[in-house]
Amino acid sequence: MSEAPLLEINNLTVQFPSVHGWLTVVDQVSLTVWRNEIVCVVGESGSGKSVTVQAAVGLSQAKGARVLNGSVRFQGQELVGMSIRQLNRIRGADIGFIFQEPMSSLNPAYTVGEQIAEVVRRHKGAGRDAAWKRAVEMLDRVGIASAATRVKDYPHQFSGGMRQRVMMAMALACEPKLLIADEPTTALDVTIQARMLELLVEFQRDSHMSVLFITHDLGVVAKIASRVVVMYGAQVVEQAPVVTLFRAPRHPYTAGLLEAMPQVALERGHDPVAIPGVVAQAHAWPRGCRFNPRCTLRQDGPCTTDAIPLTSYGDALSRCVLTGTLTAGLARAEAAP
Amino acid sequence: MTIPALRVENLQVEYTVGKRQLRAVSGVSFEIGAGETLGLVGESGSGKSTTGLALLRLIDPAGGRIYLLDTDVTTLKRRDLRNLRKRMQIVFQDPYSSLNPSMTIGQLLEEPLIIHTDHPTSERRAQVASALQSVGLTPAHAARYPHEFSGGQRQRVAIARAMMVRPELVVLDEPVSALDVSTQSQILNLLRQIQKDSGTAFLFVAHDLAVIRLMSRNVAVMYLGEIVEQGPAARIYDQPAHPYTAALISAVPVPDPARAHMVGEIILRGDLPSPLDPPSGCRFRTRCPFAMPICTEQVPPPTNIAGGGVTACHLHQHGPRLDGQPLGDFLRLGVAP
Repeated sequence: MSEAPLLEINNLTVQFPSVHGWLTVVDQVSLTVWRNEIVCVVGESGSGKSVTVQAAVGLSQAKGARVLNGSVRFQGQELVGMSIRQLNRIRGADIGFIFQEPMSSLNPAYTVGEQIAEVVRRHKGAGRDAAWKRAVEMLDRVGIASAATRVKDYPHQFSGGMRQRVMMAMALACEPKLLIADEPTTALDVTIQARMLELLVEFQRDSHMSVLFITHDLGVVAKIASRVVVMYGAQVVEQAPVVTLFRAPRHPYTAGLLEAMPQVALERGHDPVAIPGVVAQAHAWPRGCRFNPRCTLRQDGPCTTDAIPLTSYGDALSRCVLTGTLTAGLARAEAAP
Repeated sequence: MTIPALRVENLQVEYTVGKRQLRAVSGVSFEIGAGETLGLVGESGSGKSTTGLALLRLIDPAGGRIYLLDTDVTTLKRRDLRNLRKRMQIVFQDPYSSLNPSMTIGQLLEEPLIIHTDHPTSERRAQVASALQSVGLTPAHAARYPHEFSGGQRQRVAIARAMMVRPELVVLDEPVSALDVSTQSQILNLLRQIQKDSGTAFLFVAHDLAVIRLMSRNVAVMYLGEIVEQGPAARIYDQPAHPYTAALISAVPVPDPARAHMVGEIILRGDLPSPLDPPSGCRFRTRCPFAMPICTEQVPPPTNIAGGGVTACHLHQHGPRLDGQPLGDFLRLGVAP
């Protein structure tokens, strides 16, 4: 590719302190976001999906994490080791954020207008009036009725779904090049989620920004993603363009996640196929493939001895020794009993 | 005709907010047959959880009748409620907050037997061991504490505890919403197995229509305290007759990028109105894409739907005059009333 990636995470390894010592919660994760695309990072709780993205922009360090090694380049600039002062110049301006719980990101003591305007003034150097105008305009764009009045309301005067849209207005007010959205719709009702996703895709199309979207919901992924990164046990286990991933998942975990969805079970007219066992824990990663204790295709020896490398198969990457022997789509068919 | 396990007639539940009465459930009626599941679906604020709580008298209804077989639950005296608990149990969304952290799993499961039966200790312990096995845990787990378990395992414990006293009805209030995708299906399949073995009736409260469809024989869709549509799960899911049901269904993202944007997708604007001040006429009209003048003026009457069930929507008598036909063609062709 001639163009440089917007965000390039390379071999990022992140550890958290615990009673078991330093735990590796992100293990040599590499991930690239190009301009004008939506990349979804999918995984269950404990997969490392959130920490990867938060550590990349220096947010999890405040919670006690340490970046053991790896590099994170945003527009060619190295973020690992950058001072908080410098990071703050990029975060909020070129990188916008939306988190799952808007109340933890909005200050209850200021009106939403003051908060959006502050971001615009700080990062864009806009004057008071221009910033306020921008706040009203952004609230209107995210579909908040009578924005010119609501802009003077406090966060608690909005419903959960509206607060999430206020967050979105704030995140997008400075026209970031990259939007990081960490499970922004998980706590919302499906009807509100649908509206929010529609807005997000609209904004992305209009502004050509890139989105790094973290979710556990493959339905959401199918709706918005250009490319998908699947994480399990602190590692990337599969990476593929969205159509490839759903047509022919190459890792048994991805195939299992798809089979486990109630909508898929409904369409096929059978019971949902559960992935047996429990999610692997950071203090006791299984030997060999971290998914092996739960994998219906496990082969003792190849899957249970050495760490499995992430290997490329056509336009996808998979961390499974069996991927090469499974034809496209077979993984999905065989995961069903 | 055998009498249903549960019959609810015109149930009303009110909360006091400041000096005003908030009607959270206004005039809800349904039946659940023995060994069957009724799915109760709706957004947050629809009154679905309140309905579940009222069945067990965890909230006292303001009006209406609830019959468990031939027992009128609504007139039971306080001291008779203990006996009711033996016949009706509830499982909540978050098993962490509903399991006492200072009790072992064995103690948690034994407690209902101590309260409700006069079985000797040896008999109780044997029942605890077999209950653990019936939910896919082992008798050895009895000595452990809730914090030692994953979310899915804790939910297994909560289900086992609810089933200890062999209840006739269990209210399942969002039992899988807090779980990871891969463990969700484990719990759904477990619940289906338990129902098959025990013949217990379930009220399955959830916001996810795909999960509801998978688990239920019949479905009731709630909006702002009222049931807007009910009927056989297959008919409701495949051929909704109320725009709100159709919107809920189309809001659940389809796990297939090729079909992620379907024709006939209804995206609702706006939020749930305040139940303190519900809209006149049809309560859904403020968010309904097909609202007509009549919807402001009159409460829609119930209409029987071809294929089973009932809905309350003016589209059946006015505008396109669907006259009991599902919305199908009307949505696909996008004919404005």
